[in-house]
Amino acid sequence: MIKKFDKKDEESGSGSNPFQHLEKSAVLQEARIFNETPINPRRCLHILTKIIYLLNQGEHFGTMEATEAFFAMTRLFQSNDQTLRRMCYLTIKEMANISEDVIIVTSSLTKDMTGKEDVYRGPAIRALCRITDTTMLQAIERYMKQAIVDKVPSVSSSALVSSLHMVKMSYDVVKRWVNEAQEAASSDNIMVQYHALGLLYHLRKNDRLAVSKMLNKFTKSGLKSPFAYCMLIRIASKLLEETEAGHDSPLFDFIESCLRNKHEMVVYEAASAIVHMPNCTARELAPAVSVLQLFCSSPKAALRYAAVRTLNKVAMKHPSAVTACNLDLENLITDSNRSIATLAITTLLKTGSESSVDRLMKQISSFVSEISDEFKVVVVQAISALCQKYPRKHSVMMNFLSNMLRDDGGFEYKRAIVDCIISIIEENPESKETGLAHLCEFIEDCEHTVLATKILHLLGKEGPRTPSPSKYIRFIFNRVVLESEAVRAAAVSALAKFGAQNDDLLPSVLVLMQRCMMDSDDEVRDRATFYMNVLQQKQKALNAAYIFNGENTHCAPSLNLRALVELTQKPFDMKSVPLANTPITEQKTEFAPVATSKLPEKPGPTRQDIYQEQLAAIPEFQGLGSLFKTSEAVQLTEAETEYVVRCVKHTFARHMVFQFDCTNTLNDQLLQKVMVQMEPSEAYEVLHYVPAANLPYSQPGSCYSLVRLPEDDPTAVSCTFSCTLKYLVKDCDPNTGEPDDDGYDDEYVLEDLEVTVADHIQKVLKPNFAAAWDEVGDDFEKEETFALASVRTLDEAVGNIISFLGMQPCERSDKVPENKNSHILFLAGVFRGGHDVLVRSRLALADGVTMQVTVRSSDETVVDIILASVG
Amino acid sequence: KDTEPTLYTVKAVLILDNDGERLYAKYYDETYPTVKEQKAFEKNIFNKTHRTDSEIALLEGLTVVYKSNIDLYFYVIGSSHENELMLMSVLNCLFDSLSQMLRKNVERRALLENMEGLFLAVDEIVDGGVILESDPQQVVYRVALRGDDVPLTEQTVSQVIALLIYEKISYYLVNLTLTC
Repeated sequence: MIKKFDKKDEESGSGSNPFQHLEKSAVLQEARIFNETPINPRRCLHILTKIIYLLNQGEHFGTMEATEAFFAMTRLFQSNDQTLRRMCYLTIKEMANISEDVIIVTSSLTKDMTGKEDVYRGPAIRALCRITDTTMLQAIERYMKQAIVDKVPSVSSSALVSSLHMVKMSYDVVKRWVNEAQEAASSDNIMVQYHALGLLYHLRKNDRLAVSKMLNKFTKSGLKSPFAYCMLIRIASKLLEETEAGHDSPLFDFIESCLRNKHEMVVYEAASAIVHMPNCTARELAPAVSVLQLFCSSPKAALRYAAVRTLNKVAMKHPSAVTACNLDLENLITDSNRSIATLAITTLLKTGSESSVDRLMKQISSFVSEISDEFKVVVVQAISALCQKYPRKHSVMMNFLSNMLRDDGGFEYKRAIVDCIISIIEENPESKETGLAHLCEFIEDCEHTVLATKILHLLGKEGPRTPSPSKYIRFIFNRVVLESEAVRAAAVSALAKFGAQNDDLLPSVLVLMQRCMMDSDDEVRDRATFYMNVLQQKQKALNAAYIFNGENTHCAPSLNLRALVELTQKPFDMKSVPLANTPITEQKTEFAPVATSKLPEKPGPTRQDIYQEQLAAIPEFQGLGSLFKTSEAVQLTEAETEYVVRCVKHTFARHMVFQFDCTNTLNDQLLQKVMVQMEPSEAYEVLHYVPAANLPYSQPGSCYSLVRLPEDDPTAVSCTFSCTLKYLVKDCDPNTGEPDDDGYDDEYVLEDLEVTVADHIQKVLKPNFAAAWDEVGDDFEKEETFALASVRTLDEAVGNIISFLGMQPCERSDKVPENKNSHILFLAGVFRGGHDVLVRSRLALADGVTMQVTVRSSDETVVDIILASVG
Repeated sequence: KDTEPTLYTVKAVLILDNDGERLYAKYYDETYPTVKEQKAFEKNIFNKTHRTDSEIALLEGLTVVYKSNIDLYFYVIGSSHENELMLMSVLNCLFDSLSQMLRKNVERRALLENMEGLFLAVDEIVDGGVILESDPQQVVYRVALRGDDVPLTEQTVSQVIALLIYEKISYYLVNLTLTC
């Protein structure tokens, strides 16, 4: 059966491709011999092969040339050469969309389809259906029906599969062939069975009852074809999911019984179906997991891959169910197929115990360089999750990560590693030095600006507080010499922090700063000049304000410049600088790349900005000054009541505005003149009510109350208001919303509203708390000790204090290390009126929690207020 | 949705040579609609697989099963939700059919000299993405390429007869069960 092509091709050597230099036009020229009589089957066959080869290579054929070749080809039907005829069918299929008038061959194909040559019939049917439209399909309907039930499997299969292709186009015609398909489904041939089942399902899939009946029939009759079984399992699990049938359903039993099928394909399909079912219990999963476990040791890579991939999915939801397979998975981590090995390891990392981590990490490192970046990121993420689960393993992880950091890899991969190292440093103080050392090494040769600036920022923050800060200076200054502007600027900021905090390093830092002042970039020069001046003052308070804790609140260069000017002329009042409006709720934001400060980037309006604008539009609230703080919304009604009211508290310097967002959930009522009457418990004075004029059904509206804070008693920071919703009701038509003319007054009692000390304090993050502590000084420091009898853990105590005072925890002190009996919490904020306030709270756990609170502020009253409210 | 039970299993069948050049490519759906995208995908697939002899990979969100022999690389591609063993059965059927047709001589030159055999075999194995046949014997029989010198060997004749008898018997059996 080995064919010899033209002599020329044969001579061109064994490595050559006889089709390599085919010219489309030359081949089409050759196609003219189709018209010669008698037909030379061998040559014609060769030309058809060339045409199909060209089409296969993606060669474009114009409609004209394709049509011409197609028509020439039709003449070849006169030859009785089998292979030539079969190639004609293929050409028809390939050209069906390119050539015009392909229906010309319909009668030839119909003749072959119904003829005596079985070898022609199947392919002829498939070619015919490829060129047929709905109207023509009706003409050949009779033949199709006969072909579906034909005794020759290839004919039956061809007819069934072609019918399936036609369903999209001519559903109404094909659905009349259900009976024939039904008959074919009981064929003994495995492929015919499969195709018939597929066609039947496609015809019935929108009729759940029919699908259910069909399943019932086939699951009982017992099919031969493994393909058909897979299809049945898929249909059954879809039906189970749609009907939300319990797992006691016969369909579930059927799927489970397939776990014992003799074909691996069916067993795997069933196991996979069970694993993907929602709400599977561990007991229902167990048999599926155990067959997957068997597959793990199969010699076939595809089967191992399929098994471990499915087990990985199980491990996400039910890690305990997979523990039984740990041993088998262990064997796969050295698999030569790296996809299998990676899947096995990430599964094990999810299910394994702490003791296995070292070994697994060793395994991954042996081949991590061979897998693709996508899989590497998956591995880093698994490590990151593991570090949180087993914090004691950080040294192993750190080692591993540093090795990965040295390897080649894209930005996403490197960023994942850097993020992971930074989070380990933050969680585990004892890993700080090793982590910083690895990062220092990394920035020595780092092409990603974002990562370099991020690491420099971290070095500036953490480096000065390590036992030997001098060793980081070299790494940082190297950046100033070698890198791009953004990195240089970040390096200058980091240097300044070292100078400010370490007196013995200050002279050398100043020398380095001086060199930075010659930089070619404006931003770098500005920063260097600014820091140089601040550092030369050698004042702790200045350092704290402008170097450590400056970055978050006022880092725009213009502002720095302004500060610089004022610094040299007159005392600069910090209060004249507006506070950053974004209260930092997450420590993460701290790591925003420093480089962004260089770009003129405008942050979007914050929630508070929006409120400020809204309030400023109301005449009653003019002259209150700038909005100091907006609280989170407080619900004043139960869920699902007639009226839903929530309150947002806005704090100004001497006033508070209460904004009540009300929703009327009754569709037969229109509320008018809606306001919330407030009765304060303390010396708070309600000055104004701003009612909402109309409150139609389901359209939220707001009313406001303006309250003056007691001036003669500044310590009265907390107050309880009893609130009543007052309004005029007009009944209305629920359909049209048309209200009656007359209404009546009514009221609705709301829950009490509390104003607490937290409403008077805005959160401020001080990245370097100690510096801020020194800056405020001990002029108004007060200290008191409290016993929190009802609190059982340090975590709980920390949480309570933070939420009570509404201040920003600094230095990650909101996280209590495990197994510790004492802890120090640092809180920072600004009190209404602009006074910095810092709280240091030492906590000790012994039969309840003892708390020693030290408060510092630039104003004595504030200190008293805080202590009084804690007491 | 991917979970819809369907017979459309195969997204593509590819055969590349050891330079990663396309010898045969048949795409059955619109995952890679243009020749440019197809070639880029083939390049990626070849780079990721030609150095390893592992038989399965996940690439561009698709499951790829593959097999190499001397200077040929065979690929069958399906959705990542597809039963990997079904794709494997297609790959094995294709390889075994070609192996028989080329008398175990599965290499580039022999394949290029029998391209029409390859075209016809793939056409018998997958039709528009549906697995049409998974038994290499059946495929070889249906492709029924007649050689120059030996029209039908002793073995093929007996094979054909056996198949005819088998089909006849099964037909009667079906009829019997229907009438019962």
